[in-house]
Amino acid sequence: MAETNKELLVRSIFKRNPITLLVLGICSALAVTGQMSTAFVMSICVTVVVAFSSLTISIVRFQIPNTVRIGIQIMVIATLVIIVDQILKAFYYELSKQLSIFVGLIITNCIVMGRAEGYAMSNPPIPSFIDGIGNGLGYGFILMSVAFVRELFGSGSVFGYEVFKLSTNGGWYIANGMLVLPASAFFLIALIIWIIRFLDPEQQEKS
Amino acid sequence: MANEHPLKPFYSVLVLAFACSALVAMAAVGLKPYQQANRSLDQKKNILSAAGIFNPEEPITEQFSRIETRILELATGAFVPTEQVDPTTYNQLEAALTDSMGSELTKETDLAGIRRLENYSPVYLVTSNGELEQIVLPVRGKGLWSTMYAYVAIESDLSSIRGVSFYEHGETPGLGGEIANPIWQARWQDKQIYGESGDVELEFVKNRDQFPPESQIHLIDGISGATLTTQGVDKLMKFWFGEHGFMPFLARLRKEGYTNG
Repeated sequence: MAETNKELLVRSIFKRNPITLLVLGICSALAVTGQMSTAFVMSICVTVVVAFSSLTISIVRFQIPNTVRIGIQIMVIATLVIIVDQILKAFYYELSKQLSIFVGLIITNCIVMGRAEGYAMSNPPIPSFIDGIGNGLGYGFILMSVAFVRELFGSGSVFGYEVFKLSTNGGWYIANGMLVLPASAFFLIALIIWIIRFLDPEQQEKS
Repeated sequence: MANEHPLKPFYSVLVLAFACSALVAMAAVGLKPYQQANRSLDQKKNILSAAGIFNPEEPITEQFSRIETRILELATGAFVPTEQVDPTTYNQLEAALTDSMGSELTKETDLAGIRRLENYSPVYLVTSNGELEQIVLPVRGKGLWSTMYAYVAIESDLSSIRGVSFYEHGETPGLGGEIANPIWQARWQDKQIYGESGDVELEFVKNRDQFPPESQIHLIDGISGATLTTQGVDKLMKFWFGEHGFMPFLARLRKEGYTNG
């Protein structure tokens, strides 16, 4: 592939976003986007895990026997996720309690495995690492956009800071209850996919 | 990669498994002190919030220093001098596992499903001007999947619940996990644990409106979709406020009154 490192990094944010083009990693995008702070931490965790799992797998890609490659990828990913989880528990206890099982579920986040299998297995370490960061950022970009809308209109705040004063606190804004529910992220992600594919018709699927 | 040695997959998986487990073990052991410090801070926060006096603005350790921690012997309900058991280092869960500080429960007595019970338990006393205001008691018991840990704060009448705080559990998120939901925990407030006969009459029921009004003071609605977890909570309350739990202590306190010292 003749892409420069910069292109590798940027293309996953818009052109080849893992959520909107590849439609991977939807499950966690629904679950942790109720608040921006959890979405932010989740994005960082996923970025770290994707980047390092792609790097590790790319380094050892010639040693990985074809027959057990999926198992080996999962093992590398699981190790990284456990380490991230332990670090969160040690230094960001409150957040780790909020994210609870979702950190563990990064193991099953399709993006991580998708990049390991689809890119790192056939590319050198540095581009794989950058591709991982790019995909993590792309994932984070969508997560933060969804979380922004959900938190602003669902709870009247951004990053926990009050923007609209809620009617339950004697303010004027009546919170939109639907946006608090995970299912609302479906609609938001669909809207984002629509907008992105409208702006960039190349991403539209041929019928 | 066409002609791999047939044993190669085994070697590579073995080597990788060792490397990965070494990394995980290092992370777990190396970060343990930090995690434990967090956990004990979280416990203190939960004790404060069970009592309804948690203030997020003030450092937790400072708020906690105003609470008096005492160790008592469960069987007799008497306070134990600090020389015998040091409240700052005492770990009741570890003590329950030793033969010198804990004992096995028989099937009939083990309502809460905790298997082993420690001889000594910490209690947290909230006082104001030397008067006892609240007592926060640590309780635990088995839910559907996991052991649930909580603090129950009771008023100085030694029967009404001031608040509760489940701080550790592994129940299904969204169903049994709702025990950690403040909205549900708020329903505990002002309920009476003991009836007139002195027995535990607190009960978790389905639709408490169908029960007579005089029993309402003892009834709390369970969590829908989490019958087994609710039953676990019901049993753990019956156990910990029963004769093997804090009943002797509360009886003694009722008879002798609270004296500082």
